Amino acid sequence: MQDRSETASANDRRLPATVGLALAVDAVELRFGGIRALRGVSFSAEPGRITAVIGPNGAGKTSVFNTISGFYKPASGRVMLGGVDITRLPIHARAARGLARTFQNIALFHGLSVLENIKLGGHHTMRAGLLSAMAYSPWARREELALRAEVERKVIDFLEIDHIRHLPVGVLPYGLQKRVELARALAMQPQVLLLDEPVAGMNREETEDMARFILDVQEEWGVTVLLVEHDMGMVMDISSKVVVLNFGEVIASGTPDEVRKHPGVIQAYLGAESGVPA
Amino acid sequence: MTEFIEYSLLGILSGGVMALIALSFVLIYKGTGVVNFAVGEVMMLGAYFYYAATVTFELAPIAALLLALVGIAVLAVFFERLVLRPLSGQPAVAVLMATIGMASIIHGGVEAVWGGDTYSPPPLLPRTPLIFSDILIPGAVLGNFAVASILIAGFFAFFRYTSVGIALRATASDPVTAATLGIDINAALRLTWILSALVGTVAGILIASSAGLSPLLAAAAMSVFAAIILGGLDSIAGAIVASLLIGWVEALAAGYLGGKSRDVIPFVVVLVILVFKPYGIFGTRTIERL
Repeated sequence: MQDRSETASANDRRLPATVGLALAVDAVELRFGGIRALRGVSFSAEPGRITAVIGPNGAGKTSVFNTISGFYKPASGRVMLGGVDITRLPIHARAARGLARTFQNIALFHGLSVLENIKLGGHHTMRAGLLSAMAYSPWARREELALRAEVERKVIDFLEIDHIRHLPVGVLPYGLQKRVELARALAMQPQVLLLDEPVAGMNREETEDMARFILDVQEEWGVTVLLVEHDMGMVMDISSKVVVLNFGEVIASGTPDEVRKHPGVIQAYLGAESGVPA
Repeated sequence: MTEFIEYSLLGILSGGVMALIALSFVLIYKGTGVVNFAVGEVMMLGAYFYYAATVTFELAPIAALLLALVGIAVLAVFFERLVLRPLSGQPAVAVLMATIGMASIIHGGVEAVWGGDTYSPPPLLPRTPLIFSDILIPGAVLGNFAVASILIAGFFAFFRYTSVGIALRATASDPVTAATLGIDINAALRLTWILSALVGTVAGILIASSAGLSPLLAAAAMSVFAAIILGGLDSIAGAIVASLLIGWVEALAAGYLGGKSRDVIPFVVVLVILVFKPYGIFGTRTIERL
């Protein structure tokens, strides 16, 4: 943070500063019929840091994400955002509290352009609701729109997608769609960003680009990032904390180095004595 | 030739109001996935509200229009909240039956209150006809078309340029993702029902004030169903083009083959086109609902 303000160009593409909030799940139990998808899962993501959730297929990573987003209501346990219990909050109300996410299978609106998708990210920040839009003072509204346009412009510059902003998202290659989805999440000006497999299916170069964007978001904006990812190299490189799930339970958590050496993790991944691939 | 031009103009112009009814239907289908069979009845009820406000309570036409719009909007909110929301997640057929039930209730209610007589509510618009040498276009037809065009253009602008409009489109295409972006899905569905009911009401009032008001008005939605199927259930542009086309075919049939044929010929045309284009002229090939 400290040296970046020296160069004007770096300053210009800088995102508006946010305060990352702490995110914690506390003893979350999630059941589907007789299946216990999550068995008392507890962990936390520290404010302004990158935390990764890893684990073999079916370990419950996506279930954790969907519980935090509000798609699943846990049988017991709590989801805490910045110290506030959001477990029972409706999905859309979580956006207003600073929670944004991307999806494993890109969830962009295919009929809309890149810019329209990104604009939707700012939807919740408009103080005027769906029905009160007309009752709202035009002057205040204009100011708000200008502010939104500024955020959209910065996000678009930041993720280097200016050249495609008027294209329909359906025509874009996969890697760019992933980036547009990240842009939309950033346009929400989140305090906590959930990334569900941000580099899944990407080649080495695209993965490196995405890793760089995620690091920049965290450094320049101070956002708390929680990500699920299979690409172990990327996870170990950018995360300051790693949480390992297996069969719906947390089996280890700590720095990448600690987790790499953890015998339970090695067991879960390889069923053998060799180390986790770095 | 003059005859042909006159029939064609009349037909296409009267297709404008049909396009409004089609818009009322497609808004709901696109926005909520519900096939709303109560479109015709909502339109009729709105027209009766207008009639009651102008004739029974002696309000000015504009005040009566606003009152009818408010009344219908309130009913749309109740219907969405009390009937459709509890049914969300149920099979499409259950929801469809609920709309048919709603249609029957409105129909019965209207006949109970106003009976089956035909009334003539006061016109909303001036009735000066337009005359080009041999061709005469009645003022009501022209006025209805103008109102329909302005409303439809307004809707296109709303969905294209306003953040609320874009949010509604997003909700229609993927409600779960829309919710994670902070869009209140229930509010979006409510607004969709309100907008659809308002459009239907305007169409109903336009028809009633030019062609008279009776419970038969609801049947006007029948030829609109033909237009919607022809245009493709999920395409607003398609519904509009098809409405104009059906209006044109109806007028030609009525002009050349006699008044009775106007109720038959459009459906024959629709059947023939659907044999070759089963998803409608503009429809998406993968319609899975219903």
